[in-house]
Amino acid sequence: MTSLAPPALRRSSTEASTGGRSGSVSWLAVPAFLMFVAFGIVPLIGVLVLSFTQWDGIGDIHPAGFDSWRTVLSDPALVHALWVTFLIMALSWAFQTPLSLLIGVYLATQTRYREILAVIYFVPLLLSSAALAITYKALLDPNFGLGAGLGIPLLQQDWLGRDNLALGVLVFVVSWQFIPFHSLIYQSGVRQIPKAMYEAAEIDGAGRLRQFFSITLPQLKYTIITSSTLMVVGSLTFFDLIFVLTGGGPGDATRALALDMYKRGFQANLMGPASAIAVILVLVGLALALLLRRLGGKDASESQMEGV
Amino acid sequence: MTTTLSTPPDQATRPRAPHRPVLGGRRRRFNLPAGVAGLIWLAIVLIPLYWILITSLKTQANYFLSNPFALPTEPTLDNYRMVIEADFVRYFVNSVIVTAGAVLPAVAISFMAAYAIVRGGHRSRFLRGVNSLFLMGLAIPLQAVIIPVFLIIIRLRMYDTLMAIILPSIAFAIPLSVLVLSNFIRDVPRELFESMRMDGASEWGTLRHLALPLVRPALVTVIIYNGLSIWNGFLLPLVLTQSPTQRTLPLALWTFQGQYSINVPAVLASVVLTTLPILAVYVLGRRQLLSGLTAGFSK
Repeated sequence: MTSLAPPALRRSSTEASTGGRSGSVSWLAVPAFLMFVAFGIVPLIGVLVLSFTQWDGIGDIHPAGFDSWRTVLSDPALVHALWVTFLIMALSWAFQTPLSLLIGVYLATQTRYREILAVIYFVPLLLSSAALAITYKALLDPNFGLGAGLGIPLLQQDWLGRDNLALGVLVFVVSWQFIPFHSLIYQSGVRQIPKAMYEAAEIDGAGRLRQFFSITLPQLKYTIITSSTLMVVGSLTFFDLIFVLTGGGPGDATRALALDMYKRGFQANLMGPASAIAVILVLVGLALALLLRRLGGKDASESQMEGV
Repeated sequence: MTTTLSTPPDQATRPRAPHRPVLGGRRRRFNLPAGVAGLIWLAIVLIPLYWILITSLKTQANYFLSNPFALPTEPTLDNYRMVIEADFVRYFVNSVIVTAGAVLPAVAISFMAAYAIVRGGHRSRFLRGVNSLFLMGLAIPLQAVIIPVFLIIIRLRMYDTLMAIILPSIAFAIPLSVLVLSNFIRDVPRELFESMRMDGASEWGTLRHLALPLVRPALVTVIIYNGLSIWNGFLLPLVLTQSPTQRTLPLALWTFQGQYSINVPAVLASVVLTTLPILAVYVLGRRQLLSGLTAGFSK
């Protein structure tokens, strides 16, 4: 966060640099640097290189020029995967944001049981995506699941067997896991709003609804951007959940970008096209992060940090 | 929530006190839609959790016959015994090895890097570069680089070993850990560093005797956060291992579910068993985790 270093820090730097051992700190960063280069940066370059090769995952790697790119870009499956990714992203954002906001407001005003509520709300975040997917698969099974057990026909649908339902289930499961987390983010955002603003509004005769839209919502601008960034960029990486819950199905209805890459690479053994998809995944992620950063006018790294 | 406690008292209480009646009124009325949403969602969170727990204690026959929300008529631990006998202990040990083997070195080297970046970042171009590299690294999704990682692991002849999972896990834990830790080290008053220097302490000594004790809460946060994501990690074990002896818990869950999908109580018992250790850690380190997760929200 170099750009955000407080001025005080920069000023004192001149004083500190009088010490002769200035170079002696750098070595402390070397292990982390080497480790990250080896398994983060080299693979990032590697994936671009591999997208211009042909490799089945076992044998030799041959250069193949633009073959993979031509295959991938002319394949309607790519457009479909992008569309599914976008749908999951947009729907889970649209479902989670208003609910998280409401629950966050609730948590912020609820002082007595806040601690207990926070504990319970947090539990879904502890489950692995695999555990979560398995649980919901059992819960929604049309023959042995909740609907059959309760005898309610409405719940007895083939949840994971129909295109739109499967997508809806996916969005719900994602929300089940992450709404609590985003509510906690909103909760701390709401608690930062000066109480005096509400008092002033009250004196001016503003109603509750007006207060919400004129004070709470605008004051939460950065919180909303932070939370949305985490949701949107995070939704690109839903792999485990989709893989275990639907396997991309029914048909290709939930075959999002990350899953498409995995299936091409590790199931169809076409590492070249899979690498091209991976490059697209990186580009989409970067573009979204930059877009949201521009929207907020705030350093992306800062919003990343806030969410964490 | 620990953030609750850490809000400056003047902000939390002072303006409120003289106007309590006004605010109380505002609150009570404003609560309604939010309160309804909050409570409904609480039920939505709790119902599946309750269902997992009670179902894991039912026999398979009882599961098919009874109301899904009814308590088991004869609670049984047979499902748990079955899961444990299905080599659960081995997968558990594998997960412990991978998690501990990745988190501890990752946090140690991240702490060293964070210290170096805060202490020397203004003088050394190398350190500034490293810092920007890690910030950029935050945006790299693991999925996107899994194919080259797979290739590297094969070339290192580590395919199908636990080490294959550990090494990339360390690398991908670094950027966030450095970010969180360096923010905490920045909060250490400069005078303390100066006085350590006056006393002739080396940088390593300062790191160990000054920075380490002062950022301990942040270290716990980072350890728990990384531990959680590595413990629950699915993609790396899926891609980088293949034999049952190298399976970690999430992968074992998935294969177990494939084998026993009809035996819902047993599948849910496996879900409970894999989650219990995290739950225990969460209960122990909850305060620090939550405060760490929402740290940086003071703006």
